[in-house]
Amino acid sequence: MAKIPVQFRLNGTDRAAFVDAPETLLNTLRRSLGDFAPKYGCGQGACGVCTVLIDGEPHLSCLTLSIACEGRQVETASGMASGPELHPLQAQFMEHFAAQCGFCTPGMLTAARSLLDKNPNPTRDEVIEAISGNICRCTGYEPIVAAILAAAGSPGLRRA
Amino acid sequence: MLDVRSCATLSEAAGILSGDRQAVLIGGGTLVMRDVNEGRLTEGTLLHVTDPAFRRIEAGGGRIELGAGVTMGMILANRELAFLHPAARAIGGPAVRNMASVGGNLFAPAPYGDFTVALLALDAQVVVQAGFGSGRATPLEEFLAARERSGSALVTSVQLSRPANPGDFHFRKISRVKPKGISVLSIAAHLPLTGGRVAQARLAYGAMAPTPIRARGVERALEGKSLDAGAIQAAKQAALEGCRPATDAIASEWYRREVLPVHLGRLLAGNSR
Repeated sequence: MAKIPVQFRLNGTDRAAFVDAPETLLNTLRRSLGDFAPKYGCGQGACGVCTVLIDGEPHLSCLTLSIACEGRQVETASGMASGPELHPLQAQFMEHFAAQCGFCTPGMLTAARSLLDKNPNPTRDEVIEAISGNICRCTGYEPIVAAILAAAGSPGLRRA
Repeated sequence: MLDVRSCATLSEAAGILSGDRQAVLIGGGTLVMRDVNEGRLTEGTLLHVTDPAFRRIEAGGGRIELGAGVTMGMILANRELAFLHPAARAIGGPAVRNMASVGGNLFAPAPYGDFTVALLALDAQVVVQAGFGSGRATPLEEFLAARERSGSALVTSVQLSRPANPGDFHFRKISRVKPKGISVLSIAAHLPLTGGRVAQARLAYGAMAPTPIRARGVERALEGKSLDAGAIQAAKQAALEGCRPATDAIASEWYRREVLPVHLGRLLAGNSR
């Protein structure tokens, strides 16, 4: 099958790839573009570990066709840090021991970033709602919620 | 071999669907791409529609039209559709809501398809286009009864009337996991009051049959009545008419039958839970 060219902006940089017609954005990111932050979990849209932002909104990259991303803005957890300086969410995840195996962490960070970009001072219930599509089997969620609340209102929040 | 075709117009997509039995339309991808990932869909053509009309919302007046590709996230971002927000918010987490579409929800197997339950209680019409002709509006209930045979036609939009009083529309999803969980069942009710009495009651259930269904027994029990304890008791007694719930990983048939009248009674009594 002939490959199809796709171009989109990934974490602020124009990227291009040749993809199979039914290829998912997750596969393109991991196999062609070397962005290993989004993970393959359930492949059903239930676990949220593949969450990326498309045009600023959270999407499941395992259920998104790559060709549907032509010309769009895609952001992953890989693009959150600015050089050696961590995004406040990343720093607070470390501070609060909000990652154990780490498999869910990129999706959690992306979902949380989407929330804080729109609502820098969310309530606890709003945080829980924002990460309700993301499953973590290690932490019991409490450290994750605490980390997101701690990052809320941070001066560096809108930097990434 | 699985191929993908991008369709710039709805007519193009409808034409391909009519002529190719192995063509499948992708709405938001939450149903179709799951089958691709799991190897259940390996042959045929996936249709990806880029026509802006597919994602158009017309909600300014009394008559509302939602393109089939409109997502739950788009509904939640539209203030004029506030009465539909509880139903849209019942679908998945934030990422799913940015993908799951109105049209796709019409095809979601039980216990999914909660948004369709709301549309059913609002007497929605489904606009279906077969071939290159123009779309034809079909009552949603009729569409659902035949949806397994609807593979060769394209759903282009859904039409409904805005409730005269948004407070007359009620939606409740019952799930065991909060805030996001799969439905044990869902209930939508449109109960307009005339002189304090229910007129033209519409009630619908999700996950109580293979497709969302109207609760006709309850509608009859409430018609012309004020929503007092007697009417609510009569509605609860008629609640299970026509129900054929499944036993699945979320709940047993027995459990669904047991809890439906309880939640129906709470909804009709205006209890928050």
